[in-house]
Amino acid sequence: MQKSLHIDPNKCTGCLQCEMACSYENYGSFNIAKSRIKVFNFESAGRKVPYTCTQCAEAWCLHACPVDAIRIDAATGAKVVHESVCVGCKVCTIACPFGTVNYVADTGKVQKCDLCGGQPACAEACPTGAITFVESDWTGLGKMRQWAEKTDTQPRA
Amino acid sequence: MAWAKKILRVNLTKGTCASEPLNMEWAQQYLGQRGLATKYLVAETDPKVDPLSPENKLIMTTGPLTGTMASTGGRYSVVTKGPLTGAIACSNSGGYFGAELKMAGWDMIIFEGKSPKPVYLWIENDKAELRDAAHLWGTTTWHTEEAIKAAHQDPQIRVASIGRAGENGVLYACVVNDLHRAAGRSGVGAVMGSKNLKAVALRGTVGVSGVRDFKAFLKATTAAKKVLADNAVTGQGLPKFGTQVLMNVINEIGALPTRNANDVQFEGARNISAEAMHEKRPSDGKANLITNSACFGCTIACGRVSQVDKNHWSVVNSPKYWGATGGLEYENAWSLGAANGVDDLDALTVANMICNEDGMDPITFGATVSAVMELYQMGVLKKEQIGIESPFGSAQALLEMAHMTAEGRGFGKELALGSARLTKKYGHPELSMSVKGQEFPAYDPRGIQGMGLTYATSNRGACHLRSYTVASEVFGIPVKTDPLATEGKPDLVKAFQDATAAFDSSGTCIFTTFAWTLGDLAPQLDAACEGGWSLERLAEVGERIWNMERQYNLAAGLTAKDDDLPKRLKTEAAKSGPAKGLVSGIDKMLPEYYKARGWTADGVPTKDTTKRLGL
Repeated sequence: MQKSLHIDPNKCTGCLQCEMACSYENYGSFNIAKSRIKVFNFESAGRKVPYTCTQCAEAWCLHACPVDAIRIDAATGAKVVHESVCVGCKVCTIACPFGTVNYVADTGKVQKCDLCGGQPACAEACPTGAITFVESDWTGLGKMRQWAEKTDTQPRA
Repeated sequence: MAWAKKILRVNLTKGTCASEPLNMEWAQQYLGQRGLATKYLVAETDPKVDPLSPENKLIMTTGPLTGTMASTGGRYSVVTKGPLTGAIACSNSGGYFGAELKMAGWDMIIFEGKSPKPVYLWIENDKAELRDAAHLWGTTTWHTEEAIKAAHQDPQIRVASIGRAGENGVLYACVVNDLHRAAGRSGVGAVMGSKNLKAVALRGTVGVSGVRDFKAFLKATTAAKKVLADNAVTGQGLPKFGTQVLMNVINEIGALPTRNANDVQFEGARNISAEAMHEKRPSDGKANLITNSACFGCTIACGRVSQVDKNHWSVVNSPKYWGATGGLEYENAWSLGAANGVDDLDALTVANMICNEDGMDPITFGATVSAVMELYQMGVLKKEQIGIESPFGSAQALLEMAHMTAEGRGFGKELALGSARLTKKYGHPELSMSVKGQEFPAYDPRGIQGMGLTYATSNRGACHLRSYTVASEVFGIPVKTDPLATEGKPDLVKAFQDATAAFDSSGTCIFTTFAWTLGDLAPQLDAACEGGWSLERLAEVGERIWNMERQYNLAAGLTAKDDDLPKRLKTEAAKSGPAKGLVSGIDKMLPEYYKARGWTADGVPTKDTTKRLGL
């Protein structure tokens, strides 16, 4: 069963535990500047929105890469950057419609979410359930359940 | 080690920025943030210095857990000599600024001297330089943050700045970061303004890599987060209601100082409570509260995000106040509301916005307004002097006074002095609800006796955040004590003061202590820092810090006479509620407290005490 990161912005408080967990997982330090998931704070609207790669089935980044450095992890479905192959040309960063592939000047390579090999650190660190790792075919299940609960088909007195 | 082990020293007179190693010997004795920065201030300045002179220094400081995955690990403090009190000033703030400073590779910034012209400090990792701020001077904290981000073309920059209050020498000006988080009390923003330092802007991409044992650290922080999540206050009450959960509770127990502490219960408390913030307004059908929010790393998320009715009389012509913004915390709802008899929730939210926008402490500001309203009621101050009719309960007067103080015009220049100086000027010093020149916050010592001792002995002037005995006296954390009794309170206050000093030096938030004890903090610090950090050691560090602050104040010229409460709390009994008929028992508690502290009858640490603590 394949799983996907699922984000519910209404539950996000902006604590950035996800960004710290991501940077620790990938770089061994707490460094939100290196996080592959970013929380955007829309101050005047009072909204906070975590955003990261959705692992498109038809991945633009993967198709755009001239050296085949972005490959599919068969187990997780993640589109994974192979650093040893990546030449840092950044074409994938242009191809991605959502901006979730980004260049890292320190390494000269690009980085993107790779689902941590099937155990995303961001979802584990999120204290409010704004980021969850759920069955890909049923990311809407939680919302359906909420609406189902509101559905009242009992005849009224 | 979770310390960055690096200090940035900025000489504003010379315009220089230099890096130096953190004194690790001191870090072992004073931990970080509040304790360590105070040690630097003590070592480098004369306690008798004029707080607003170039000879005073201002330190922005993080703790070892700032910028880590420890819950609430995003705190920083501003340490200096306070202009409102003439005592040690140490104001703690959340938001994202502190973590960014640490992630840029710095434990603290020491500002010395005075810049010949307005400047801001720009830090990008190890690069630091002073830049011209002429175009920012005279503008608000909100404008300053926006303008700096635009100038650097980087929305990820974090900014701490002063507004016009800090520039104009409002003695309770604060340093505001991330738009609505503040190092709020004692006038640290006025010190920044006196140095012609408008802002500090940061971008840190180095990160925190020096954690002693990452695996042990993540185990300890995960366990501590669970303690917060499982606790009724930190796991449910604070996220849902914020600190405003207190409004109805404190009012019911008769400890809500109302109309300049003439009363201890406010008939309009319900209208300005957490519950009211959740309810739909009749005017536009929307609630004041939009959502809750967290500071960096915080898994509690007590912050309020609010939005006022666009058609409210106070903002109908001011679109800049129409958006979502930092909402009311309990202290502000009290100081702007109950303290002045005002129960218009949206008006209070707007007054709070003005305080954030121009950087002034809403507690001292609100309590100063309440003293003015009492002087007005007595006929000592007239409409012509203030510029507006100012009876208790007037939201119009409150907002007009907020604007004039923020902008530094008219009677605002007198409000800028705080209540102690203002009431003295008009011949009624007894009307200032302050200790050491700083106004006490939202807990009446007649109804919560431990808070009287807390206010009287707080090293930075009256304050609830130095020993929040409300936790014990009202909520039974860690043990229930009787709020109306004085027995046992000296020991309770001492224990809270020492533990709080340790928390304030760690980089975590004091609100964790609704669920955490030093026993929860110790394993996190121990995994992060070298040196073997146990509960006992942290308690000793806390006691050392408390006594160091006390010694600083004594050297600054304060004496036991300054450990006193306003006369009203000692002579005018509470008129209603459970505390009806009671005054503060401060005179009974204080000698016992000195004894518990190992101080003389004059409040001076004995040689045995200072020797024991290595001072």
